[in-house]
Amino acid sequence: MNTLRKAAVWLDERLHLTALYSSTAGHEVPASAGSWFYVFGSATLLCFIIQVITGTLLAFVYVPSTNEAYTSLEYLNHVQFWGWYLRAVHNWGSNFMVALMTLHMIQVFLFGAYKYPRELTWASGIVLMLVTLGMAFTGQVLRFDQDAYWGLTIGASITGRVPLIGGQLVHLLLAGPIIAGETLSRFFTLHVFIIPGTIIAVVSMHLRLVLTKGINEYPKPGKIVRRSTYDAEYAEIIRKEGVPFVPDAIDKDLIFAALTIVAILTAAFFFGPKGPGGPPNPTLVDTNPRPDFYFLSIFAALALLPDWMEVLILFIAPALGIGFLFALPFISGTGEKSAQRRPVAVLSVLFIMLTIGTLTYMGQTSPWSPKMNAWSGDPIPVQYVQGRTPTELKGAIVFQNKQCRNCHSLGGEGGERGPALDAVATRLTKDELVRQVIQGGGNMPAYGKKLSPAETEALVEFMATLRPKTTPSVKPSEKPSNKLPHDFAVLVPPAR
Amino acid sequence: MSESHHDPDKPKDPNLPSRRHWLLALGVGLNVVAGAMLSIPLIGFVMSSFLEKKDNRDWIALGPLEGFPEKTTRIATYRNPFTRPWDGQTADIPCWVRHIQGNAFQVFAINCTHLGCPVRWFEESGLFLCPCHGGAYYEDGEKAAGPPPRGLFQYDYKVEKGRLWVRGGQMPTLSNPV
Repeated sequence: MNTLRKAAVWLDERLHLTALYSSTAGHEVPASAGSWFYVFGSATLLCFIIQVITGTLLAFVYVPSTNEAYTSLEYLNHVQFWGWYLRAVHNWGSNFMVALMTLHMIQVFLFGAYKYPRELTWASGIVLMLVTLGMAFTGQVLRFDQDAYWGLTIGASITGRVPLIGGQLVHLLLAGPIIAGETLSRFFTLHVFIIPGTIIAVVSMHLRLVLTKGINEYPKPGKIVRRSTYDAEYAEIIRKEGVPFVPDAIDKDLIFAALTIVAILTAAFFFGPKGPGGPPNPTLVDTNPRPDFYFLSIFAALALLPDWMEVLILFIAPALGIGFLFALPFISGTGEKSAQRRPVAVLSVLFIMLTIGTLTYMGQTSPWSPKMNAWSGDPIPVQYVQGRTPTELKGAIVFQNKQCRNCHSLGGEGGERGPALDAVATRLTKDELVRQVIQGGGNMPAYGKKLSPAETEALVEFMATLRPKTTPSVKPSEKPSNKLPHDFAVLVPPAR
Repeated sequence: MSESHHDPDKPKDPNLPSRRHWLLALGVGLNVVAGAMLSIPLIGFVMSSFLEKKDNRDWIALGPLEGFPEKTTRIATYRNPFTRPWDGQTADIPCWVRHIQGNAFQVFAINCTHLGCPVRWFEESGLFLCPCHGGAYYEDGEKAAGPPPRGLFQYDYKVEKGRLWVRGGQMPTLSNPV
């Protein structure tokens, strides 16, 4: 025993492990920080470590070449022993990393942990959030399938909107004038070397700041942060109720970490790896590109914004938003920390999460996209053709053949780009229908050149029958002149 | 400087740089110069898109004219005129060819002008529709509906030796229309 102790002391004299422990893992934290709310940061870091390990192993097999990447992904999925599972763990690890990072950020915000003197801890966290999203985007490109190809195209098109230097920036992004061999190599380098290196560096800074500036004490309502007194107050908290992080405050982090690993492993096992989808062949144009989950909200915003607002939202809003996040600890660096006394903070989080959530849902369902095969795939419901005249039936065929269905639904089937037409006869008179079909407007193309007069007549006759049995058709004389028609937005193009 | 060696007790003039300071300044200065020399090729390599001024496009044949009957719009593909051996399928670029009549054509880039997604041609309604955000274009490429800021990008084309040629090689974006 004595010999062992001597050996330990000898080692410690050379390695300074006790000193290392007391200045890092053993540093004193407020006992109140041993809370379930404080586990998300360490869990995010854990996800990153899992990503590094699984990513390194995947790189044993993955080939970062546009010609071979897709095949190597298929090989990983189907041939390589447990390759599918490692891809799944890497994918779910990234989902969890983004989710836990978001929770960590919300918690830090709501607990006022970004306030004095932890401004730079917060700022380095913002950098980490941005580079983590960078990992998500570049990772989606490495899954080099159809969506990756068109995702790159979307990225390049957004970049191409930058004023003045957009053209060169596109070439910088794609490593050339067009998506080709060098593009994937560039994204591989970003995903595997540059961004992870940045993450390791910034995480080191983030943790170093946690050590030097201390972990935020659990906020008490009414306890005000003042620059002049906070440091002394924090020192007092540590003196009175400080406990070493290891072993006294790490218990919940440990439990949550294990649960996180098990959750990732379970999700990976049951849901499997993501893709690859169709091969990255640009000539396969019957495709429906969608970004990964994290970027669906931006994708949706780009469909819903008025076009004059797009450059604003694409470049100026993110710059302002990120700038605001960096500036936050300098704008509200003191004052109340507790969420119970910060209603604006709580409402802001709710508002932002609801907005992102709604946009993500809309990105998933994409009601603004035409349903490309509705005209050939969704028949007109039987009750809409029963007992119709030959002209009206001819109109139903025109309706189907001219692909009206791709944007207009009948009986709940078809596109949602334009309004459903099940009751169009209660809203538009025959004359208005003719005008709308021939001239378009209100975001509908004009079909004048593609319809013969006979076809137009038949089409309008058919549409004039589209109404519930109990509701009469609209008649010109019935419409009061001082009232806007029901679908005013369809009739009148938006003002410019 | 030599005085300070001979007479260590004599107080130094704080304004006079010592030999050590001079060496430090020299070391820092040399590294600034060497670092600048190192950074020139590094930055030039990465930022080549800003430095290289070359046309990324070249004429490439889409195929014999018989493949594009008058008054039709058909998809055509060409092999990117500048390829690397490892480009694979990504070097096969699709485009829409509209043969109006005679030698009058319109060759549209596949990319929607909104965000670059591939537009699809619908013969019966005479529209190009985009699957991403619902952009729609008429058969002559003009914007019909949706968020696109302009009509479809059109390639330069020529008819030579019974074949249709386009100038390809660059992804069309609002900054670099084909």
